[in-house]
Amino acid sequence: MKTLKLAAAGALALSAATITSPAQAEDLTLCWAAWDPANALVELSKEFEAQSGHKMSFEFVPWPNFADRILNELNSGGKLCDLLIGDSQWIGGGAENGHYVKLNDFFDKEGISMGDFADATVYAYSTWPKGTPNYYALPAMGDANGWFYRKDWFARDDIRAAFKEKTGRELGEPKTQKELLEIAQFFQGREIDGQTVYGAAIFTERGSEGITMGVTGALYPWGFKYENTPGKYDMEGAVNSPEAVEALEFYKELYKTATPPGYTNAYMGESLDAFKSGQVALAMNWFAFFPGLYADPSTGGEKIDFFVNPPQNNEGSTLGGQGISVVAYSDKKDAALEYIKWFAQPDVQAKWWGLGGYSAHNSVLNDPKFPESAPFAGDFLLAMQNVKDFWQEPAYAELLLAMQKRLHDYIVADQGTAQEALDLLVEDWTEIFQDEGKL
Amino acid sequence: MSEKTVDRVAGATPVRIARKIRGLSDRAIAWIFVGPTIFLLLAINIFPLIWTVNLSFTNFKANRINRAVEYVGTRNYERILNDPDVWLSMQATAHFLFWTIFFQVLIGFTLAWLINKKFRGNDLWTTIIVLPMMLPPAVVGNFWTFLYQPQIGLFNYVVAFLTGRDPSSFEMLGSVDLAPWSIVIVDTWMWTPFVMLICLAGMRSIPDYIYEAAEIDRASKLRQFFTITVPMVLPFLMLAVLFRGIENFKMFDLVVQLTGGGPGSTTELASIHLKREAFEKWRTGYSSAIAIVLFVTVFGLASIYVKALNKVKER
Amino acid sequence: MSYSVTESSKRQKWVAGALVILYAVITLVPLGWIMITGFKTPPDSISYPPKVLFEPSLEGYVNLFTTRTRVSKETLESLPPPDNFAEEIVRNRDMVIAGPSKFGQRFMISVIIGFGSTFLSVFLGTLAAYAFSRFKIPLADDLLFFILSTRMMPPIAVAIPIFLMYRNLGLSDTHLGMILLYTAVNISLAVWLLKGFIDEIPREYEDAALIDGYTRFQAFYKVVLPQAATGIASTAIFCLIFSWNEYAFAVLLTSGTAQTAPPFIPTIIGVGGLDWPAVAAGATLFLIPVMIFTIMLRKHLLRGITFGAVRK
Repeated sequence: MKTLKLAAAGALALSAATITSPAQAEDLTLCWAAWDPANALVELSKEFEAQSGHKMSFEFVPWPNFADRILNELNSGGKLCDLLIGDSQWIGGGAENGHYVKLNDFFDKEGISMGDFADATVYAYSTWPKGTPNYYALPAMGDANGWFYRKDWFARDDIRAAFKEKTGRELGEPKTQKELLEIAQFFQGREIDGQTVYGAAIFTERGSEGITMGVTGALYPWGFKYENTPGKYDMEGAVNSPEAVEALEFYKELYKTATPPGYTNAYMGESLDAFKSGQVALAMNWFAFFPGLYADPSTGGEKIDFFVNPPQNNEGSTLGGQGISVVAYSDKKDAALEYIKWFAQPDVQAKWWGLGGYSAHNSVLNDPKFPESAPFAGDFLLAMQNVKDFWQEPAYAELLLAMQKRLHDYIVADQGTAQEALDLLVEDWTEIFQDEGKL
Repeated sequence: MSEKTVDRVAGATPVRIARKIRGLSDRAIAWIFVGPTIFLLLAINIFPLIWTVNLSFTNFKANRINRAVEYVGTRNYERILNDPDVWLSMQATAHFLFWTIFFQVLIGFTLAWLINKKFRGNDLWTTIIVLPMMLPPAVVGNFWTFLYQPQIGLFNYVVAFLTGRDPSSFEMLGSVDLAPWSIVIVDTWMWTPFVMLICLAGMRSIPDYIYEAAEIDRASKLRQFFTITVPMVLPFLMLAVLFRGIENFKMFDLVVQLTGGGPGSTTELASIHLKREAFEKWRTGYSSAIAIVLFVTVFGLASIYVKALNKVKER
Repeated sequence: MSYSVTESSKRQKWVAGALVILYAVITLVPLGWIMITGFKTPPDSISYPPKVLFEPSLEGYVNLFTTRTRVSKETLESLPPPDNFAEEIVRNRDMVIAGPSKFGQRFMISVIIGFGSTFLSVFLGTLAAYAFSRFKIPLADDLLFFILSTRMMPPIAVAIPIFLMYRNLGLSDTHLGMILLYTAVNISLAVWLLKGFIDEIPREYEDAALIDGYTRFQAFYKVVLPQAATGIASTAIFCLIFSWNEYAFAVLLTSGTAQTAPPFIPTIIGVGGLDWPAVAAGATLFLIPVMIFTIMLRKHLLRGITFGAVRK
């Protein structure tokens, strides 16, 4: 009796499997950070599930733990993720350590051309060694660090008058980093509608990448360079140049004079919280959050507007964003590649942008209607023209942690001067590249 | 109970005979019983320890499988001696160790002394006080970050209420001066009951007649406290300190959740520093060397301490 | 009324009682705050000054167990009316429930790994403790000390080689790997505690049983085990609490399939902003079993936390 039941159940399961998918239905897991665009991707992927018969599962890790946990997973050769939308800086390690599947042959076979994607994103998210036609990911999500502010406060006559009186300028979107500081300082501690508000919510997080992503937002416009000659790792005089020192001092002043109290370890979540609770006039964050911010019932809509990271000596924004890769340890690589093939289609990419994901596909970005499709779309295009990324070396984690420490020591823990911090950073980085055998 | 056959027979049978009957198989059973435990510990503790020693002489990086591994002699150990970050983390650990033990002993001993007055309901209150120490430190640490929020956090609010300061004027987790104390406060909150329980056991182990004799000798209460209570409880207290010392030397979960080692590296305890080196920078060889140094340190200190403890016990 | 010199006066007792109760109340405040925060709405949870009186809400618990997506006002209006309270709470924030969260899953992983490793460590620990208690084992003291000394290693230091070992054996992020690891950690506690408990059972019982014709194993099984039941039970609870609370190994050696709740709870963050009520709700659900166990254990607590060194 028992065996009969079992056999029946087995047969049933077998037939069910054959009916739902003529090929082989797999349960694919996609790993990414837990944030607004991830939810959009879940929505988008329903179409893939319907078309292919594969089932999609998702593992979204909050940003502060994302790198830590997923890199750990990759380094332990884990099979949790079949598909991974990994951060741009991981590409070097992913390629050299064999975590990511090389996609060239697949692209050729399926007729997917990297020329269909914006150059900056292909360079940043897909290639290793940088700029060579060796692809380990498909650009999934373009992103950069930008700014948003309380448009309603900026429009109020009493506030405008007070600002003019104090600075002699009209209150508006800052045209330079220094103007931004001035505006933030103006709002710091001001009473608006009976509530004390503060200047700007910026990144100061120590544990993962927060403070580095924030500070580079100042370093790049001041003309910061990682190397004097690209590819030579000669950092002395570049990383600790007078401009870099000035930019770092600027960021510290911004932190000291224009941020909310207790802002010692803040990253994306804290920035969003501070803005949505009406605590700050300005905030920096990734473009990825802008659709959600715009839709926010209390501080979105008419109350918010966006601007690109202001220039100082030149234009420059910190690059965010990720490419999608197939994890080499997965047992379901074919199904995972199927997902990428589906994802690369222009109409899927258009839907992706419609749901709040920043497509990097030229058919979306070059659409004449794109700049008007959202209040931040034009800014996004502008920002992506001048983006710069952190080291993408296989030793990226060591390089990043060294910078995190030096920056946090100087800015939050008040140790030493900006010059000393950057000098020490050059020492740290030199040592790391020596260990790597690159110096 | 005493009516049972086993008991009667037990009383009547010389133990030696019983042993002789089963002597041979006993040895086999002993090994069968102890074997799996020893095997498990060898596989998951000792073998890895030996492997760690081996790794500590290499430049291995666990995230770089394709990179050639070289033996670098004692270079990793030399590097530790010259690495200011290691020493800073040791200093942070020492500060944390000293002050947590200081407060826990002070408050724990006092509490035990008060509870030992045997007021009505002391058992119930003891159980309540003990609660924090059994909770998951990571979850507790995470929630204390909420209590420590400037402005909205309960801790800051209460302190502001009591001192009249502005609750957003001080940052327990964010300021270099306060962060080392914020972790001491939470650890003290959690673990004072541990010291208290052990002290209480010590106090309850003192027989009444000693105090009665002292009373007859007309020794003052204060004198009784210092000549009877304190010395009799001391071995217990030292044991408590040993346990807390070892635990807090290893401290990771609670502090990682509270400050993550920040601001800067102010609260980067030894374990947190080790985690960064081993699992974020993936310097496996170098971090193995740090691990060995930590292990030898804790083992050495504990051994010296146990010797002292045994001397106190002998008195 | 009999007078005793060791009995404190009424006034002393009253003062002592008041001070202890004061301390207990202060100790309870953070715990109480966790629990009530779980029943606040997110805006209430971050209001200044902190709210003691508020309208209770289940939003924290709903957020804990679901994932939600923000939808536009138009879509929201086009939906049929919510069919349960959870959906209703979520809709009030312009969102819809997209599916269950990972909390239930992580909680179950904690249960599986907790019970699995507890069973294994108590099983192995009882055998070893019995052997140490009853038989002459060469170098018994050294072995016992060796078993204890494995506890002195910082978990992070242990995790480095275990990480490599598990990677090679394919045990990374598996239930089996975590159960074995927690067993290895717990077994030192189990052996030491259980040896104490078994030492207290008079040998004569077994010897008599042996005379009656029991084999050694039968004597162990039928005579010693029932006598040691309380000890075994409390040891089991200690092992369970350790596995339940453990964070360092879990965060370093697991990523999904076998990740327990402690590394997960701090990462319960709402979409765009820190959702303290959900974190508090998760913490509360996770803390309650430990509190119940602690109260059950109170008689053997001291023994457990000192590895049997102090026995009251």
